[in-house]
Amino acid sequence: MTEMPKSEDPSSHSEQGILLRGITKRFGSHEAVSEVDLEVYRGEFFTMLGPSGSGKTTLLRLIAGFEVPDAGTISLRGVDVTGIPPYQRGVNTVFQDYALFPHFDVARNVAYGLRVRRVKRIEIAERVNAALEMVQMTEFATRRPAQLSGGQRQRVALARAIINEPQVLLLDEPLGALDLKLRQEMQVELKRIQRQIGITFIYVTHDQEEALTMSDRLAVFRSGRIEQIGPPSEVYERPATEFVASFVGTSNVIEVPYGRAVLRPEKIEISNGPSADGRTCVAGRVIDVAYLGMVTRFRVCLDDGNTMTVARQNSSSGSQLNAVAPDSRVMLSWDLNDAFPLTSHSVAETQLGAQAKGAI
Amino acid sequence: MSVREGARERLGAALWRRPWLRGALILSPPLTWFLVVYLASLVALLITAFFSVNSLTGNVVYQWTWSNFSQIFTQSVYGTIILRTVIMAVLVTITDALIALPFAFFIAKIASRRSRQAFLALVFLPLWASYLARVYAWINILSNHGVLPNIESHLGLPVTNLAYTNVAMWIVFSYLWLPFMIVPIYGAFERVPDSLLEASADLGAGAWFTFRQILMPMILPGIVAGSIFTFSLTLGDFITPLLIGGSSSNFIGNAIYDSAINGGDLPFAAALAFVSIAIMAVYLLLARLAGAFDAI
Repeated sequence: MTEMPKSEDPSSHSEQGILLRGITKRFGSHEAVSEVDLEVYRGEFFTMLGPSGSGKTTLLRLIAGFEVPDAGTISLRGVDVTGIPPYQRGVNTVFQDYALFPHFDVARNVAYGLRVRRVKRIEIAERVNAALEMVQMTEFATRRPAQLSGGQRQRVALARAIINEPQVLLLDEPLGALDLKLRQEMQVELKRIQRQIGITFIYVTHDQEEALTMSDRLAVFRSGRIEQIGPPSEVYERPATEFVASFVGTSNVIEVPYGRAVLRPEKIEISNGPSADGRTCVAGRVIDVAYLGMVTRFRVCLDDGNTMTVARQNSSSGSQLNAVAPDSRVMLSWDLNDAFPLTSHSVAETQLGAQAKGAI
Repeated sequence: MSVREGARERLGAALWRRPWLRGALILSPPLTWFLVVYLASLVALLITAFFSVNSLTGNVVYQWTWSNFSQIFTQSVYGTIILRTVIMAVLVTITDALIALPFAFFIAKIASRRSRQAFLALVFLPLWASYLARVYAWINILSNHGVLPNIESHLGLPVTNLAYTNVAMWIVFSYLWLPFMIVPIYGAFERVPDSLLEASADLGAGAWFTFRQILMPMILPGIVAGSIFTFSLTLGDFITPLLIGGSSSNFIGNAIYDSAINGGDLPFAAALAFVSIAIMAVYLLLARLAGAFDAI
């Protein structure tokens, strides 16, 4: 297989990775994916983010070849693969449940793809060793999957996929079954491996934090359509729709002179007295204080009846924290430049003024 | 609430404190049945095999002897019968496995959830009818002027008369025991997650490679479970050979029937039964050596 470009600045790549045009997939009367257009660049870490049932996994399975689209075309490096079975596409998948073969040991699991293609024994052994080394599983080569922990199985599944040097690696919520600590470890690990081998990763998750941490770009899915595509910072700082604003991070939606706008909790200052000039100020009453370690989250009921979420960094000692107690009157202020206007019309109307979803 | 102190409560508490006692209470009725009715009669049978019958009085002579077994292994008629029975059991097992594999795969992996139940009901349906009725039905199908010869003559094919042959026995046995092969294989297929098949395809394997490398090893215990049914049911049968077999279709079961009922020689019948059990034991041992129980 040829050299892959590194994923330093994917947006500058004109080289085509995956191109989806007008992809639609129905299950019975339910349209799981609706006319999706998407381009993923070569060497990119691309994430498909969305709540369950938003069509992201279906789209992944369409790219893998486990499903056939009802309409549209899928091309891989300019080659139309829409009607081609999975085993003839240069694509490999890491499954949500790992899908390791229970009757094979780790080495045999990893070697499977090479054995299928009748690679010579000596070469298989070499490449299995290299792949196991990459995922740090060398010492477990003779274990059966049942004798491994979830994180270890995950690594084996990864090694089994990348040993085939696919053009694209598809990952279907690969860290979903792991506990938080292990998940964060594997996030770093996955990024490292992706940089090392430089192949395109398409990553499906419903965890917005994971998506923001790992991706070069991400697409936010909702009801079988893409709401927004962009780099994490753009999706977070400038959400295109109210749905994106609420699904990616926590956000307040406020009324501004030119319409509605998104205001992130960390952009709001909370204080007991009036604040600096030039800032928008509203008064309210604290209804909930949650200490989250790095930040403290306040829920403030404004005098107009709406609720806003505010996050304050716990930079100094706790003395400051006590200053804002539940039920106390506070002033909220923010710079209007931090409020990003929503262009949306499409999104279902949520309660006017403010809303907050998910954790900070 | 105060602690209640009735006899029932005390008994309940006593049982709760002694889990082994609960286990013993639950297990003792079936265990008694198993030991007395099942094992004891089997042991009696095996012991009887080493007795003999006084040819004048017809009474059982309670004296240890190998004569029954030496008779079985020296008289060629019994060798032929045993060989015929075993070959038929193997043939029926292979036939049923070959039919059951694609059928069970279809039910477990391809059919929709609703049609799956319908197919399973169809598999079980024949078991609701009497064994004898089903065998007689096959006589009507296979014999002279039966359904099959009629169809053959209508199609202009050479007319066959399969009734009362070993081929007829093979067909009927394969039909009778097929559900016992389909159900365990279906269960084995169902336990294979779809994602394993997808993973295999994803890694480049075609259908045949996936079947050999992934499916076959995983469903082998199911096939062995089914084969134990088909093999042992055929091995022990004597009614089908009687009804639809020909003049040279005697099974071990028929020989047992003859010596026990017609000949009045219970020890010899017991020795023949012992041979059946020994064949079954060898079969299980071979299955074990083949690694059929490794994946359990």
